[in-house]
Amino acid sequence: MDDLSTIRSEALDAVGKAADLAALDAVRVAALGKKGSVTGLMKTLGGMAPDQRREFGAQVNQLKGEIEAALDARKTTLGSAALAAKLVSEKIDVSLPTRPDFGQAGHGTLHPIGQVMDEVAAIFGEMGFTWAEGPDIEDDWHNFSALNIPPDHPARQMQDTFYLPSRADGTPMVLRTHTSPVQARTMLNKDVQKMLAYGGALRIIVPGRTFRIDNDATHTPMFHQVEGLVIDRTTHMGHLKGCLVDFCRAFFEVDDLPLRFRPSYFPFTEPSAEVDIGCSWKGGELKIGAGDSWLEILGSGMVHPNVIANCGLDPAVYQGFAFGMGVDRIAMLKYGIPDLRNFFDSDLRWLRHYGFSTLESVR
Amino acid sequence: MKFTLSWLKEHLDTNATLAEVRDALTMLGLEVEGIANPAETLKGFVVGYVVEAVQHPNADRLRVCKVDTGAGVVQVVCGAPNARTGMKGVFAPPGSYIPGTDMHLKVGKIRGEESNGMLCSMRELELSDDHDGIIDLPAETKTGIPAAEALGLDDPVIEIKVTPNRGDCLGVHGIARDLAAAGLGTLKPVKAERIKGTYPSPIKWTHGYEARPDSPCPIVVGRHFRGVKNGPSPEWLQRRLKSIGLRPISTLVDITNLVTFDLNRPLHVFDAAKLSGDLVMRQARDGEKILALDGKTYELDPSISVIADAKAAHGIGGVMGGEETGVQPETTEVFLEVAYFTPIKVAATGRKLGILSDARYRFERGLDPQSVQWGTDVATRLILDLCGGEASEITSSGVMPDWEKSFTLRADRVKTLTAIDVPAKDTADILTKLGFTVAGSGPWTAAVPSWRPDIVGEADLVEEVTRVAGFDRIPTTSLPRLSATSKPARDALQRRVPQARRALAQRGMNEVVTWSFLPFKKAERFGGGGADVRLLNSIDATLDTMRPSILPNLIDAAARNEARGLSDPALFEVGPQYKDATPTGQARVAAGLRHNMAIPRNWEGPARTVDAFDAKADAMAVLAAIGAPVENMSAQSGAPDWYHPGRSGVIKLGDRVMANFGELHPELSAAADLKGPVSAFEVFLDAPPPPKAKATKARSKLVLSAFQPVERDFAFLVDAAVEAEKLVRAARNSDKTLIAGARVFDVYAGKGVPEGKKSLAIAVTLQPVERTLTDAEIEAVCNKIVAAVTKATNAVLRG
Repeated sequence: MDDLSTIRSEALDAVGKAADLAALDAVRVAALGKKGSVTGLMKTLGGMAPDQRREFGAQVNQLKGEIEAALDARKTTLGSAALAAKLVSEKIDVSLPTRPDFGQAGHGTLHPIGQVMDEVAAIFGEMGFTWAEGPDIEDDWHNFSALNIPPDHPARQMQDTFYLPSRADGTPMVLRTHTSPVQARTMLNKDVQKMLAYGGALRIIVPGRTFRIDNDATHTPMFHQVEGLVIDRTTHMGHLKGCLVDFCRAFFEVDDLPLRFRPSYFPFTEPSAEVDIGCSWKGGELKIGAGDSWLEILGSGMVHPNVIANCGLDPAVYQGFAFGMGVDRIAMLKYGIPDLRNFFDSDLRWLRHYGFSTLESVR
Repeated sequence: MKFTLSWLKEHLDTNATLAEVRDALTMLGLEVEGIANPAETLKGFVVGYVVEAVQHPNADRLRVCKVDTGAGVVQVVCGAPNARTGMKGVFAPPGSYIPGTDMHLKVGKIRGEESNGMLCSMRELELSDDHDGIIDLPAETKTGIPAAEALGLDDPVIEIKVTPNRGDCLGVHGIARDLAAAGLGTLKPVKAERIKGTYPSPIKWTHGYEARPDSPCPIVVGRHFRGVKNGPSPEWLQRRLKSIGLRPISTLVDITNLVTFDLNRPLHVFDAAKLSGDLVMRQARDGEKILALDGKTYELDPSISVIADAKAAHGIGGVMGGEETGVQPETTEVFLEVAYFTPIKVAATGRKLGILSDARYRFERGLDPQSVQWGTDVATRLILDLCGGEASEITSSGVMPDWEKSFTLRADRVKTLTAIDVPAKDTADILTKLGFTVAGSGPWTAAVPSWRPDIVGEADLVEEVTRVAGFDRIPTTSLPRLSATSKPARDALQRRVPQARRALAQRGMNEVVTWSFLPFKKAERFGGGGADVRLLNSIDATLDTMRPSILPNLIDAAARNEARGLSDPALFEVGPQYKDATPTGQARVAAGLRHNMAIPRNWEGPARTVDAFDAKADAMAVLAAIGAPVENMSAQSGAPDWYHPGRSGVIKLGDRVMANFGELHPELSAAADLKGPVSAFEVFLDAPPPPKAKATKARSKLVLSAFQPVERDFAFLVDAAVEAEKLVRAARNSDKTLIAGARVFDVYAGKGVPEGKKSLAIAVTLQPVERTLTDAEIEAVCNKIVAAVTKATNAVLRG
């Protein structure tokens, strides 16, 4: 009996003390191996009387079970410790930079002009406008005459125009000085005229490149405009006001942005209005919103009856409004970009600083 | 256009404040650009009386003055030589800002004597360059009154922007008329009574060409004066001209300037003694020369109208007078010219000669033709009043242009166009106050006043009524919705631009925007530079031709960045390029360029420079992003000659080129000083066919096989010139039911491969549909693949 309890306590003690899996295996062999202490007890069973054998056998079996359980438990403990130690030894320096992705993916940027065009398209899209485009190289009829700017009109001096060689038929060719020729191209379109005749409404925005001979700190020979045109039978100047108030508030993300409409002059609109938005200057920094100052932002007006007539529509039936604004300018204002010239300089530092992520929302 | 508040009040009887005038002007369309108020700058400066001025005990050149400021006597140390007991000057108290020296005054001690302020010179106040001494005011000036008042500077100067249609507001009277119509006061009439001449004018006006209403100068009026006394003009006139930045010259010249700015009526006065015979309005002769009042000599031609006597031209019509016959201080006989020139003629002449003058500015915006009459009267009165002498009878030549016209304003037109409800009475009242003669009670017939040549139709009448009634009365009405939900503004083709931009930015490239024009030489190198796309008046030779490709600009942009030490640029632009000057010659292109390192040196793996396959990947990414059928496209050689001839290609759909890609021609990178390889691409966004109008949004049915795919590798020995895509295509197409895909996984040439050959290894994926393939079936397919590839490319399966 003593033998049994001594073996139990020695074996269980050895299991507890085994420091690693190899030591534990030695403990197993010492107790349960061919020459192990418990195996030795088993071997004595053969020489016992049947009654004694039954009783002692049961006790040895129980002891064997106890030791096996202790070995298993210890093995699990030692096993996870070994894994943990192995994992620790696999440590990496997580402060190292990530693998250089091809071409620094994720560092790409979108130019502010494109971003603002997308924003403009989204806002006017919601107001039912569609996007219209026209050529950058225009004939002078579409760029000037159709828009009520006859030759020698003083307004032609307001815009110093790039000229290209005249067409074979003598038509002078220009780089368009504004996106307004697309007004004429659209109204002259037969499908558009048919749509209007059936009582439809024309609402277009015309974004694009425009060109004037101007090259100084605040002017570049190429710049971007967005033109807007609405033609139907009932649109009045109140709608012009509403449309531009809605746009400016959405674009600048200022819900109570005040707008001021001032009379002005453009040959292709009558009455004409220049539009200012409220702002304030604090410590040289511009804040757009209700303030003590105004900032001129766009030109607009009711489409001149001569323009409507030049485009093959009856000004006694159709009326509407038009407006035009500088995309570069509203980008500068909204995003606090100080210098227009840098827009076209392709300096990577500027592109990365003022550019937009592809995931940037446009609305 | 500048004027002062007091000048305005000569024409407008009003109690309005400066702020009210300012706001009303802007809301009438006469935008106030600035108001300079000298009284503001000189706030706090007062008239000081020097009670006593004694020698400074410690400085020879300084005096110690006791100054009565009206609020007490203070001690001031002064260095001016003219400081003396009993004088009156301008005193600046401590704390004042002295504009001329950009200093804030402090109480201090100068050489031991306390000084509590300063007596100022004209230069210190930035009123003139005079710094010989302190300002010496007349003895009768009241001590303690504001200095601005004593100096006559308490008159705000208002500057407005006049739009090209409002020539009538280039005179203070016209501005006052607008303000009166807007309810800011009452317009005072111009005093212009006809003064009878006392003798026949010795100089007569004649016309050298037919004087018709539409001729360059339809009418001219004038008269002779004798016994006049020129010399400096009176103080009030000098001050008025100075207040708007004009330099007083002599009484006669100052009168012409006054009438120009006061009534928008440019005049000219000749020294009659220097004229020979009568004056004629005629075409200039070819090569005729004139020394103009600006001191420059101009060569003329018959497109220009001149005023000439029997000998020579003495004035450029509507633009500038001649120097030789101009009046001098000692002039006693003068001839006054009051002409009407047509705007087009004056504008053309001014442009041709490059002269910007106050006269040209006014004539080309359209003058009141009737001003030849009343302008003569006003000028006569001023000359006689200020210079004395007597006036001759009036001489004139030509006919009055047709200025009389009237238009109908429909009763509801203002309402339907602007949504303002202007009462009928107010409509008539506004037009009447603006000078129209109105008949009817809605509809109205409005006869246009002679000074408003810009009014040419009903729309102009609507504008007049609306701007005077006030734009702030226009209601703010949101546009009615055309449908409950809105569609994107851009159609599918137009959306390709933002899709391309986003795809490229997502691939780590930076979007740029560059000029549409570039130097002719570069255009030529990139297949452009046709005569029809060369600017006639470019800013300079670097921007003289429309770009046939975006790449030259991107090359320059990359080079600029490298020069700034910003390495490995990856730039793209989505914009137009121009084949010719027709609307269809303009194409939307997404072009991009990467320079040098694709993967920079790094701790983890090898660095890599860019190559043609980066460009191909960029181009394919754009094509995929815009929804083009990339799976049907093939890449092959044949890129334009600005690419590396061996390392470039085109992506085609059928016969149509969708994109160019490759390494840039090394000659071009070298010319731009770009060291290392440059990959570049151009995707033609309009080239892929547009999606079908009625294409269904439903996807094709997805069939999922229950059986595992099998992959088999093949290595072929093939001529080096064979394009991999051809071989892969042959393999793929050899069994369309079982083969799900094929791709190249190795290309090898060198040891073990005969000269002129290469080894191409491909992996083919077989996808069973009905049941697992047997070995025999797999072998059969493999044989088909080898046979097809061999047939298409003469390839041999490697053992």
